[in-house]
Amino acid sequence: MEKLLNWVDERFPLTASYKAHLSEYYAPKNFNFWYFFGSLALLVLVIQIVSGIFLTMHYKPDAALAFASVEYIMRDVDYGWLIRYVHSTGASMFFVVVYLHMFRGLIYGSYRQPRELIWLFGVIIYLVLMGEAFMGYLLPWGQMSYWGAQVIINLFAAVPFIGEDLSIWIRGDYVIGDATLNRFFAFHVIALPLVLLGLVVAHLVALHEVGSNNPDGVEIKKLKGEDGHPLDGIPFHPYYTVKDILGVVVFLMVFTAIVFFAPEMGGYFLEANNFIPADSLKTPEHIAPVWYFTPYYAILRAVPPILGSQFPGVALMGVAVLIFFAMPWLDKSPVKSIRQRGPKFKIALTLFVIAFIGLGILGILPATPLYTWIARILSLVYFAFFFLMPWYTMNDTVKPVPERVTSK
Amino acid sequence: MKKLLFLLIALPTAAFASGAAFHLDNAPVNPNDKESLQRGARVFVNYCLNCHGASYMRYNRMQDFGLSEQQIKDNLLFAAKKPGEPMRVAMSTGDAKAWFGAPPPDLSVITRSRGADWVYTYLRAFYRDSSRPLGWNNMVFDKVGMPHALHELQGQMAPVYRTEKNAEGHDHQVLERMELVKPGKLTLAEYDALVGDLVNYLAWMGEPAKTQRMGIGLAVLLFLGLFYVVAFYLKKEYWKDVH
Repeated sequence: MEKLLNWVDERFPLTASYKAHLSEYYAPKNFNFWYFFGSLALLVLVIQIVSGIFLTMHYKPDAALAFASVEYIMRDVDYGWLIRYVHSTGASMFFVVVYLHMFRGLIYGSYRQPRELIWLFGVIIYLVLMGEAFMGYLLPWGQMSYWGAQVIINLFAAVPFIGEDLSIWIRGDYVIGDATLNRFFAFHVIALPLVLLGLVVAHLVALHEVGSNNPDGVEIKKLKGEDGHPLDGIPFHPYYTVKDILGVVVFLMVFTAIVFFAPEMGGYFLEANNFIPADSLKTPEHIAPVWYFTPYYAILRAVPPILGSQFPGVALMGVAVLIFFAMPWLDKSPVKSIRQRGPKFKIALTLFVIAFIGLGILGILPATPLYTWIARILSLVYFAFFFLMPWYTMNDTVKPVPERVTSK
Repeated sequence: MKKLLFLLIALPTAAFASGAAFHLDNAPVNPNDKESLQRGARVFVNYCLNCHGASYMRYNRMQDFGLSEQQIKDNLLFAAKKPGEPMRVAMSTGDAKAWFGAPPPDLSVITRSRGADWVYTYLRAFYRDSSRPLGWNNMVFDKVGMPHALHELQGQMAPVYRTEKNAEGHDHQVLERMELVKPGKLTLAEYDALVGDLVNYLAWMGEPAKTQRMGIGLAVLLFLGLFYVVAFYLKKEYWKDVH
């Protein structure tokens, strides 16, 4: 066995990689609840890829057959219903986990120097994930698939001058049809997952290069013991592998409870209208995107058209997502973690969370005049969090960063 | 801040409350009541399948609620030759369009898009309306193209309105109740029970694997619960030397 390992190691850095990323990757010992969601995101990615592979064996990317093939999977394929519910639940849970993972980054300043690149890779992952989810949602070819895609693709038509051509280029037709379904299938099952995997590797390589942040915002590499390892660090394996198993089990309990007992999640994971086959002649009364897009949808609807053009809303929605890229440079605070931050940041973050959740709720509801006004106020709060960040982080009263991490 | 939070939480319920025009009754859905499913299947085949298909549902799947293949062949197979075939509709789409304005929808997953309560209320809310081409209207689905296919059983209903003053002092009509103007073969209670069975069957047909998934779900959660205990002590053992 050892001979074999030596043989491999002389030709491929197997032991070296194992040490660098697991057994001798030193992670801070004070990770708390919020640090489960990185490994959970990786788990959901694997769940989606595996369940997705099995779905492609039975699914038909054809406008005339797609809807029926999904019902065929639900009824005639052995445990097809399980594969399909795992995949549909996984889509929503991916966003649950990613949003919580991003929130962890916000509260502990994981986007700050020296981790800017990890954050940038992460934001790109988030963007690709949105594209992946959007394209996957068209595939069941239900009414919500169809009209949701219609709304989103029409956003591109709002771009001045080239918009109309752009939207036709994306659809491959004047209306959403077989051509659109086919290309979305190609993007969903191979193009974007490939990009996603590459980005996840880059995200992790960058993380392991600079080392993990922690709830105290202490750089553990500054204080090393005689053995050259950080005093406050512990090897990822076995300590965090056994700890992450706990997180995985709890997560899977939630996940399987949804899959087996409430796969529709009251219409939020699987919408009622999507059990009606796509019909290009019947517009549903109320079109709402899936819950994970609703904060941005609410921002889009909150902006009134200017000179008859929807473009300002579309542009602002784009800014709302892309602004995350700027975070490492908007934050001017001398400290990273919320544990040392002052009241200004804490208030700003609280307001931001309220705005984000509030916009998410409003994006599900029909746009009445009252709701539109609330959405406008919340949109202002959303953008204020980012654009005022240099100011309120620079003048905040902060506590000193401790030498060592505080356990528990 | 608290007020704002409250407002945000209260918003969704407020919006849904305003959307409900006609009160929906609770459908007596129970996928474990095999006799009800069998009765419902018979009603479905006799009354619905003439115009509506259920083309994702195979006849032989009805073995799940206790029918044998021979029973299905003998009693339910009017529009198909083999029990392995899907429940297709006999009527052609062209005829359907000419007769009803639009082809009647496939009912395989109708309770998943409309909800069982909606279907249960809808099938009991037809009333005579001479302004409609086929003489029928529906309290739940105004100007629906479908005539009352079960009127022989239910009889004919008519809405009774009462006049009320609204906030601005104008008179407006409020539905008080439905009244039986011409009795059918069944009493109203018997009719409700029959529609209850039918909707139970429709709900089952929307997702035949539902009872199976819940059974497996319990086993999976139990396993994960036990696994958690093992994982918990494993973690504790490894972490006892971390201070």
